[in-house]
Amino acid sequence: MFGFVIRRIGVAIPTILVIITVAFFMMRAAPGGPFDLERPMPEETRQTILANYGMDQPLWRQYVDYMGNLFQGDLGPSLKLRDKRVAEIIAEGFPVSATIGILSMALAIALGSLLGSIAALRQNTSGDFSIMTFAMVGISIPPFVMGPILALVFGLYLGWVPTGGLDPRFGMTPDRLILPIITLALPQIAIIARLMRASMIEVIRSNYIRTARAKGLSATAVIFKHALRSAILPLVSYLGPASAAVLSGSLVIERVFQLPGIGKHFVDAALQRDYTVVMGVVIIYASLIILLNLLADLLYGVLNPKVKYD
Amino acid sequence: MSLISTPQEKAELLETAAVKGRSLWDDALARLLRNRAAVASMIVLGILVVLATIGQLLWVHDYDTIYRDRVWIGPTLENWHLLGTDAQGRDMVARILVGLRVSLMVGVVATIVSLVIGVTWGAIAGFVGGKVDQAMMRVVDILYSLPFIFFVIILMVVFGRNIVLIFVAIGAVEWLTMARIVRGQTLALKGMEFVEAAEAAGVSKTNIISRHIIPNVLGPVVVYVTLMIPVVILAESFLSFLGLGVQEPLTSLGRLISAGAQDMEPAPWTLIGPAVTMMITLFCLNFIGDGLRDAIDPKDR
Repeated sequence: MFGFVIRRIGVAIPTILVIITVAFFMMRAAPGGPFDLERPMPEETRQTILANYGMDQPLWRQYVDYMGNLFQGDLGPSLKLRDKRVAEIIAEGFPVSATIGILSMALAIALGSLLGSIAALRQNTSGDFSIMTFAMVGISIPPFVMGPILALVFGLYLGWVPTGGLDPRFGMTPDRLILPIITLALPQIAIIARLMRASMIEVIRSNYIRTARAKGLSATAVIFKHALRSAILPLVSYLGPASAAVLSGSLVIERVFQLPGIGKHFVDAALQRDYTVVMGVVIIYASLIILLNLLADLLYGVLNPKVKYD
Repeated sequence: MSLISTPQEKAELLETAAVKGRSLWDDALARLLRNRAAVASMIVLGILVVLATIGQLLWVHDYDTIYRDRVWIGPTLENWHLLGTDAQGRDMVARILVGLRVSLMVGVVATIVSLVIGVTWGAIAGFVGGKVDQAMMRVVDILYSLPFIFFVIILMVVFGRNIVLIFVAIGAVEWLTMARIVRGQTLALKGMEFVEAAEAAGVSKTNIISRHIIPNVLGPVVVYVTLMIPVVILAESFLSFLGLGVQEPLTSLGRLISAGAQDMEPAPWTLIGPAVTMMITLFCLNFIGDGLRDAIDPKDR
């Protein structure tokens, strides 16, 4: 197991380096730069600004400098937001993004596996049918459709929750987070419910479950002690892709609900050629996704003794 | 006395022979046609495709005609603005028709791109096997764990909002699962007795591939393709929503939804129209995909 972790990290580090390199050169290949204003500035001023950020150097030199700073934990200054370091921007946005991401993942796992199990145990009844219809709705309606609709219905028409993002005076209050979390979780609830139903149906038909029933265990014990343990495995291997989906979903959610998270900066920064902010966000998200994938794989191994890390 | 005496018995026998002679695909089709949700979805989707293709020619308004005096008119029969007008006074029905066309087109073309890459990659890995297989699947594993949407976003920024690029970029991102499915199928099929039997009987390699491997890989691929189209449509809409997809005055469902979300307070119909169209489209595609999966591979039901 230890060797497995080391080997995975051995793959992860070059992967992240490749991501950073590709993102760096792709960003620089984009036409235009961060200091192209609508009215042209004198060439002299321009040169001073470029020199200030080390951008008068040849590209390879800038890359080496960037990587050097990165290894010392310095993501550099934002090129567009005056007097802001990228690390500050990320530190400010991270709590919001993380809260929404973690809570919607938790909601998706809890509700998704519950609904999926119920559907499986009542296969081909009206309960099963309605849960699967709900799941189909969840899969078919993307967050960027669901978000505005929920905001329209619950915010504007019913007035149950305030619209218009977080209130800077109170920060993250439940009434302002509930819609983003539900919106982000819905497709995942649907996917997990479908996964869970399929694997639960397979498990409860297997011989060892029949044995457990035959020896007189109660239905609850059979489900919770025996069936759930194997039925949950496909869900665990879906956790990696799910976390990636939630992270990229946050790009949209933070825009729809005007939340000051990390994702909100990314598209604006890319359009404005704020190279350092784009790089910072890519690095954070890529590392998170790789880390979560590794954790999911480890968890899978813990739950499934058949897996051997050799 | 002959075994088959009456014409009636003869007919019955022929009938059973006909039933026995049904191929896997006839069977699958019959099962699919029994699935009411899938059939209804196929009909609705067919109507949507026809509307998206020729609807514009028939509709009274053009998608890019701006009526300056008719900004944000709610759904009304007057002037045939059945779904209202948008912030610039353009007819929503016409805009939705164009948006639907672009979204469906992106869905099909990008899916074909990913189909080609995925099937080639997976088939080579599966056929060749060994070290090549391991290396190729390792690449897929690593790519799987990448935040691809970020690269697509950067790509769109680098090369501008080009519709061909959208096809290629999305297709290039979505091929991974296809590669895995095809590789797994090929690998499993290679070791099957009927393939060995065909080999032993001296059937040529080309014939084994065309008669045994391809028809058996085709099922899962067809199912996955149907389920991939909605995913691709979503990806394009996601980009459009972020302002990175197709450019004005052309539009896609994602772009319309994005504009509608901004104007939903004064003009909720600019959101509801495209959002409902998108939901219906995705619903149909998902139901058809599920129906196909149940029909082609009934053991997964």
